[in-house]
Amino acid sequence: MNHWPFIIAAYALTFAGTLTILVWSYLSMKKAEAALAELEKDK
Amino acid sequence: MHAFANPARFLKIARPMTPILLVIGLMLVFGGCFSGLFLTPPDYLQGESVRILYIHVPAAWLGMGGWSAIAIASLVQLVWRHPLAGIAGRAIALPGALFTAICLVTGSIWGRPTWGTWWEWDGRMTSMLVLLFLYIGYMALANSEDDRTSVSRATAIFGVVGAINIPIINRSVVWWNSLHQGPSITLKGSTIAFELLWPLALTVVGFSLIFGGIVLMRMRANLAEAKLEARLRRMASL
Repeated sequence: MNHWPFIIAAYALTFAGTLTILVWSYLSMKKAEAALAELEKDK
Repeated sequence: MHAFANPARFLKIARPMTPILLVIGLMLVFGGCFSGLFLTPPDYLQGESVRILYIHVPAAWLGMGGWSAIAIASLVQLVWRHPLAGIAGRAIALPGALFTAICLVTGSIWGRPTWGTWWEWDGRMTSMLVLLFLYIGYMALANSEDDRTSVSRATAIFGVVGAINIPIINRSVVWWNSLHQGPSITLKGSTIAFELLWPLALTVVGFSLIFGGIVLMRMRANLAEAKLEARLRRMASL
């Protein structure tokens, strides 16, 4: 049995999951901190 | 620990730490994965499929480590009412659940060519699946609450009680007969040859740093959202 399709699938899922949560967390953080900064600027 | 109870002091440390953890973590993960995929020899028994080890083991470690951190944060909240403990618990839950799911999926993919089956209801796999359900339960409990800067007493108790599953996962391959191999890395040493082992150190440390960076980003987002909500409420009441 060729093991490489299994290896590729495992790595692809891991990288997809990790990068998705990484980008999502970064964008959420930036959005929340920018909204707070905007409010503090307007005060 | 109480020195860090102030969210402003926490943010002063978290802001420079976030990119440092992420950059070093990503470099180690890419280095470790490249080495594991292309520089190490295949295992004499498992063949090429052993390369899944370099992502499966860090995912398992982070799934279990994540819940251990939730249990500690919950205990700190229950005993000392530390203002960041609830935020930390909330921030850890999603990446912890993700890495537990990655551990289960990569283990299943590894199992097919190695054991001839995608899944077996043995102690290790079942207790790891229970951990994923615990994460889902914790997130459901925490998200049902209005206060996003903390978790309720019931959620914190759930976080502490759920930690019972961690030693069960760890000892499951010793207590019960399992398709899963026994403990390969213990305090006494490793049964894995050094030629196969060294990239694992890179990916374990790398994924752990990325996990830390993700938790810090989620804590910063929660703190900023809570602050924003409090300011808007104050403005609305004037």
